[in-house]
Amino acid sequence: MLDKIGIAKRIAQELKDNTYVNLGIGIPTLVANYVPKGISVEFQSENGVLGMGPFPFEGEEDADLINAGKQTITALDGAVYFDSATSFAMIRGKHVQLTVLGAMEVSENGDIANWKIPGKMVKGMGGAMDLVASAENIIVAMMHTNKKGESKILTKCSLPLTGVSCVKKIITNLAVLEVMPQGGFKLLERAPGVSVEQIKSATEGSLLIKGPISEMQIH
Amino acid sequence: MITKVVSNVQKALEGVADNMTLMIGGFGLCGIPENSIAELVAKGTKNLTCISNNAGVDNFGLGLLLQKKQIKKMISSYVGENDEFERQMLSGELEVDLIPQGSLAERCRAGGAGIPAFYTPAGFGTEVGIGKEVRDFDGKAHILESALTADFAIVKAWKGDHAGNLIFKATAKNFNPVMAMAGKITIAEVEELVPVGELSPNEIHTPGIFVQRIFKGELFEKRIEQRTVQSIL
Repeated sequence: MLDKIGIAKRIAQELKDNTYVNLGIGIPTLVANYVPKGISVEFQSENGVLGMGPFPFEGEEDADLINAGKQTITALDGAVYFDSATSFAMIRGKHVQLTVLGAMEVSENGDIANWKIPGKMVKGMGGAMDLVASAENIIVAMMHTNKKGESKILTKCSLPLTGVSCVKKIITNLAVLEVMPQGGFKLLERAPGVSVEQIKSATEGSLLIKGPISEMQIH
Repeated sequence: MITKVVSNVQKALEGVADNMTLMIGGFGLCGIPENSIAELVAKGTKNLTCISNNAGVDNFGLGLLLQKKQIKKMISSYVGENDEFERQMLSGELEVDLIPQGSLAERCRAGGAGIPAFYTPAGFGTEVGIGKEVRDFDGKAHILESALTADFAIVKAWKGDHAGNLIFKATAKNFNPVMAMAGKITIAEVEELVPVGELSPNEIHTPGIFVQRIFKGELFEKRIEQRTVQSIL
């Protein structure tokens, strides 16, 4: 089973050379630490920076330089700052190729819910609805089950949706799943030490299993 | 030259009254007009509709106006950092309109650019799309979103000149330029106020035509919401 860092490391293997990537808050933010050697990617943060660098050293924080999670960051050489409308022009206009974000639920047709629990928690969608409506490739990073142990990988989402038919891949603490165009989750890989049976019992939506399922290679 | 300079925050906020709609620039606590928010608290202006990406934290930013119950309605994209906000919203004291961040930015931009509405795929098939016109372009569904304007837009810039030209710093730019365009009256508070001619026309982000009043803010605390550092290995 993977921890959050393991999930981030596995997602980093999905990064393609010479692409622009938007990382959401939480586990996705960690992906930036594990970019494979020899791959050039630039990270966009929707609050208005392209070319986002690592967190600053203590004493070098700048209140005017943050990411979309409101964390202090640095900017790499070649970075650029822009206003929110320009930022979402990059996103809506498909100039950002990959979006990695967290979710509360994903359904087998690729719907995602991650912004609201009616009557309990309303944080808002932030930029997530714009991101999932437009990115060519959307990967969800999350735990396979919620705190109560219930599956977050479902036939149909029960929470208010963030976007419809948009998620392409899900990487969890247990597995890598591909959302099939005709519906259903194809099991691609299992996490180290996790059996197919364990994944089956943690997945409520329909799981497609073909042949032997290889174990993730995490370094 | 048309000068936009006013002497202080009180003069800048003259005419801001109960029941008005205000746009407030900033993302989280980054690039918020701190001096104007403090003056709104001091003025006690009530029943405000505030258009702002976030609602501050409990004791800073727009959270200060929420504490005093000066806000009737918030139009935002993300409000997760504020317990008092959540309490007022869930109890029904505060009206809240949550809008996808890109649509919020573009609605402000459109309001300032004289474009009444536009189609976007963001929010189609979700609560956000309910009651909105849907139209397919190239086989993809889009919803119609309308422009936003405000009685006053209050923005914060790094440098400004007497003509109201503005330069923003780093990610403190965020919503400020688009909101500056969409205010019937736009107020800019700046860290440095310089005579015309000192800012290079090549480097100005917001042309002064969008700004009606500009003043030098007295104090910028610039609070950091999530101070995150890496340790020296």
